[in-house]
Amino acid sequence: MMKTYDEINKKIESQKAVVLTAEEVIDYVDKKGLEAAAKEIDVVTTATFGPMCSSGCFLNFGHSKPKIKMQEAWIDDVSAYCGVAAVDVYLGATQLVHNDPANMYFPGEFRFGGGHVIEKLVAGEKLQLFALSYGTDCYPRKEIRTTFDINDLNQAIMTNPRNCYQNYNLAINCASDRTLYTYLGVLKPNMRNLTYCSAGQLSPLLNDPYYKTIGVGTSIWLAGAHGHVYAEGTQHCSKVERSENGVPMSGSGTLALTANMKDMIPKFVRGVSFTGYGISLSLGVGVPIPILNSDILKHTIVRDRDIFAPIVDYSSDYPNRSSNILGRLNYEELKKGEVTIEGKKVEVGSLSSYSLAVEIANLLKDEITKGDFILSKPFQSLAPEQGMKPLNIK
Amino acid sequence: MATKRLLLNFPKDAVSTPMVYHLVKDYDLNINIYRAKITEEKGYLVLEVGGLDEKIQQAIKFIRDSNIEVNEKDNGIHWDEDKCVHCGNCIPHCPTKSLYLDRQTMKTCFDESICIECSSCLSNCPYKACTSVF
Repeated sequence: MMKTYDEINKKIESQKAVVLTAEEVIDYVDKKGLEAAAKEIDVVTTATFGPMCSSGCFLNFGHSKPKIKMQEAWIDDVSAYCGVAAVDVYLGATQLVHNDPANMYFPGEFRFGGGHVIEKLVAGEKLQLFALSYGTDCYPRKEIRTTFDINDLNQAIMTNPRNCYQNYNLAINCASDRTLYTYLGVLKPNMRNLTYCSAGQLSPLLNDPYYKTIGVGTSIWLAGAHGHVYAEGTQHCSKVERSENGVPMSGSGTLALTANMKDMIPKFVRGVSFTGYGISLSLGVGVPIPILNSDILKHTIVRDRDIFAPIVDYSSDYPNRSSNILGRLNYEELKKGEVTIEGKKVEVGSLSSYSLAVEIANLLKDEITKGDFILSKPFQSLAPEQGMKPLNIK
Repeated sequence: MATKRLLLNFPKDAVSTPMVYHLVKDYDLNINIYRAKITEEKGYLVLEVGGLDEKIQQAIKFIRDSNIEVNEKDNGIHWDEDKCVHCGNCIPHCPTKSLYLDRQTMKTCFDESICIECSSCLSNCPYKACTSVF
């Protein structure tokens, strides 16, 4: 039994497609059996919402009169990269606001940065542009200060080199004497708390562990906008230890995503401040999985209890690039809020919002059911056996 | 016996009033101080008072008569549901579990009646969903 992308898209267009979320599909297949369900189900929607540091956007301002070739630019005092064309800039999510004391008075607060500017842009708020230049014959202006909002821009294209990490570390602090301030939140000494960051059974790449349908060119839902996977994500590392079900047992595959910010929903684009660490951006992502055959369906019924993540000590092993782990836990255990590690009860926190992931999976499901979201066949697969290089200091 | 949370705002001319002393001595109240900051200019005090209902009411009148503003209804820490993304990062940092995750819906909830205003949620919420009135 095989279905094609064309057949599924025709059903979507005629509003006859059978769509389930990656949560709903688990019980459905349990009841119906794999082969029967594979015939019925056309699409399974997956989703995730959490901080994704490797995010940013290209903005085009259009030309002032007289024109300027921006050499340095700040949006709401956050520096944007100008080493591209005259009025194109790239604003990164983790960029700090100008003069932020960072961690000078540890731990720093990191109240505002690129992620917050991106949030304000999508929310339609007014922002300030300040730019400087050296002036040329064709672009004589040397300074500009003005306000704008997203509607004034020609383009606002979110371009994220790495999102949707396929599984991730469970961060813990084994030190006895100091609190850690990390991108996985505040970690108390003596393993008093642990943080995970994955949507588990709803997470896109955990439902397609071998990248059979998610690849370069796949249509995705990025904060409400219809975008696509434009490349393999940076640090894409598929050659990792996997469970029997094929699910990676550590951080592995990643996706590079893009979509038009003018179509995004503010609720799913949120600036993030991590005490003692810095700024990031949280995004809601939905990825549809076409059920081309029963093998693809089988992977979408993965449950939290079948997805294992490694416990990593962020006081020593993580910063020192050691591959040491303290063990593994599954997401069913983690979602209960307390786990036992080395005989010690540890409280569990998360940076990934499961309830928002459920909401996104349902929003995408509604769009597909109504015929408003068409799937696309990837034109290039993600590397299935790729490692990750370290940076060796020569 | 009753308990009540009170938020006191001290104006400049009342900052030297030994209010906790009076509440204990004159009204026989149990005092649990959650937060306090008094400067020469102004001050605030967040208390849980316990004692006879009648005495608590008399004490509140006494505080007001001393030109100190009393807020009986508010909590010094606010949780903004619209800003919260329900990630659960705050949960291990909340000592009384006034912030907790409903494990069925996986949504964050805030029971302000058991919040002791330690303020750890303020620095632990990446979205600034928790704020302090002071």
